[in-house]
Amino acid sequence: MQILLDTLLSGLVYGMLLFMLASGLTLIFSMMGVLNFAHASIYMLGAYFAFTVSKYVDFWAALILAPLACGVVGAAIEVWGLRRCHVNGHIAELLFTFGLVFIIQRAVMMIWGTLTVPYTVPASLNFPLFQYYGQNFPAYRAFMLLVTTGMLVSIYLLLKKTRIGLIIQAALTHPDMVSALGHDVPRVFTIVFAGGCTLAGLAGVIGGNYFSTDSGMADAMGPIVFVVVVFGGLGSLAGCFIASIFIGMVQTAAVMVNGSLSTLFALPPGGDTLFGEILTIPLARVSPLLPYVLMILILFFRPRGLMGTRES
Amino acid sequence: MKFRSACAAICCAILGLIATAPIAAAADDTIKIGYIDPFSGPFAQSGDQFLQVLHYIVDDVNARMPPLHKKFEIVTFDDKLQPSEALIALKRVTDQNIPFVMQCVGSNVGTALIGAVAKNNERNPDHRVIYLNCGALATELTNAPLCNFWQFRFTGSVQQRAFARIKSLPADVKKVYLINQDYVFGHSIEHDTKEFLAKLRPDIQIVGDEFVPLGQVKDFSPYITKIKDSGAQSVVTGNYGPDLNLLMKAADDAGLKVRFDTYLAYLTGAVTAIGQAGADRLTVVMEYNENLPVELKIPAAEKFDLAFRKDHKFDFVASNWVVMFEMLSRAITQAGSVDVLKIAQNLEGMQQKDLLGKTDTMRKSDHQLILPYYEGLLTKDVKYDTEGTGLGFKTIATIPASEEEMPTTCAMKRPTE
Repeated sequence: MQILLDTLLSGLVYGMLLFMLASGLTLIFSMMGVLNFAHASIYMLGAYFAFTVSKYVDFWAALILAPLACGVVGAAIEVWGLRRCHVNGHIAELLFTFGLVFIIQRAVMMIWGTLTVPYTVPASLNFPLFQYYGQNFPAYRAFMLLVTTGMLVSIYLLLKKTRIGLIIQAALTHPDMVSALGHDVPRVFTIVFAGGCTLAGLAGVIGGNYFSTDSGMADAMGPIVFVVVVFGGLGSLAGCFIASIFIGMVQTAAVMVNGSLSTLFALPPGGDTLFGEILTIPLARVSPLLPYVLMILILFFRPRGLMGTRES
Repeated sequence: MKFRSACAAICCAILGLIATAPIAAAADDTIKIGYIDPFSGPFAQSGDQFLQVLHYIVDDVNARMPPLHKKFEIVTFDDKLQPSEALIALKRVTDQNIPFVMQCVGSNVGTALIGAVAKNNERNPDHRVIYLNCGALATELTNAPLCNFWQFRFTGSVQQRAFARIKSLPADVKKVYLINQDYVFGHSIEHDTKEFLAKLRPDIQIVGDEFVPLGQVKDFSPYITKIKDSGAQSVVTGNYGPDLNLLMKAADDAGLKVRFDTYLAYLTGAVTAIGQAGADRLTVVMEYNENLPVELKIPAAEKFDLAFRKDHKFDFVASNWVVMFEMLSRAITQAGSVDVLKIAQNLEGMQQKDLLGKTDTMRKSDHQLILPYYEGLLTKDVKYDTEGTGLGFKTIATIPASEEEMPTTCAMKRPTE
């Protein structure tokens, strides 16, 4: 029971943070066909912006300003960078965002240094909210859940209930038709790109102080976000949401479970063969691998992802 | 066509760099030390910081005890923490007739360098190099079959650190939980920790023995639950970087009240990232910290640290590197010229007083520096804090050099000429 509750709580927080990053990426990916490698770098920028703002003003100002700044950076990247590369096809765009990763990383190192910066949880949120099985549940975690849930609801409302949401949804599947109807599709692209970057920035603001803010944080977060996007399926926010929570839970659960595949499924010990080795490794040691295994499986058996709306 | 001309331009630029390098190295009245470490890629941070520390030490040693009235000069080579890149760098070191190669990050690179330096010295007796190991920690490097006459290790091995770590555990700790990173270094730490637990503290029960994937885990709270359930009083860990910081933070958030007895929490950035989560419960075994001169009342060392603090955002912890350059300077001066074989022979068995006046010995049998270790507790009750956090290390146990002599299996061949 305790393991279940722990997995649920830890997995939920981590999954929601993943969703925040992945939702922007999946929108950009499915709409513009751009696999934005620099998405996790924007996440890092968000954390560093928040650190700077919270140093001079406070955390609450950072919560608003840092994501906006990331949105502006995103819009600039789209208008002055991606749009120019777009003429040369998707490979050019891909390479452009790939280069951005290194540029942003170096810039961060040059501006804020290579050391971990002391970006901490605000004192007003730094207390245990409640206890379960003698373990504290920090208030900041609840706050993270609150922010991510708020974001989830507002994105849903934006996409389903507003006119711009309608156009974005249409542009996801039928960009040419939307353009033919007289809508400025490039501008929609800019809005979506900036919006995605804002979300990534927000994830950086609330994730940077909960984990740690250093120049390696983009590298650590980047690959897993792609897994979520592929797993959830292109163009589907719902799929993205399910994938995020699922992967968050799976990773947490694998750490909590004592034992290996062979003990879990009561298999006989495999002996000295390579296969036997795999079966007897403790699950906790392979937990970060599990999302990638899941990705490979889904690519084999359901290439469009959990709830993907189109192939490709 | 465009692509081709771009390639050509890049090739020209690279050739240009290579061509200018030997010219830059041709200046005289300096003794050059080739410093191979990561200066790009994810580990560039270590190389950059170590270089700052080394420059500070070299300036000091050049002023106090210049070798043969010349000056040490550090020439850097990037290895991206890849053994293959390090070997290319070593080739450039020997091409430029630099007699010393120094490397501080990564036992995998260290292993490769030992072999390559030995081969080079056998084949090119006129262009021999000495490998100054300033931070490749694996115990194996100064034991058979890896140990070699041309390597001198100026830092404690994993074994020496494990001895100090277990020796300094307080008597009331009866249950420990081991957490280490799942790669060579983590396994080495785990192995030696267990060995000394069995030897020195048979009363201690190991209630958990876990490997975490290197740098992959973001949320450590599931591990914290397991530690709590195990009833451990202390978490003994060789983790560093995010794997240590996030572990401590998760423990603090969950309200887990245990000691954290670590190996590497003195590395730059750790205290900033951990902050209050480690106050009064994080300990680390280290070679030096800035509060030691205060505690032992050695004003000269304190002055040395203060000058460092003025220009750097991180602490000075590398007293063993001061010893390295002092020993090297003396060995060169005694040899009368930059005769690599004579210098290596002079270094064997050399003794040198460190910043705190304790005698360090370069043991002849395996070229391992025998030096004292100090256990520091992270607390706000100190004169000098770390990285401006308000928290610093206070010495709570000392393990003298005389106890740090570990047996070695090394049986090295010594060249006669």
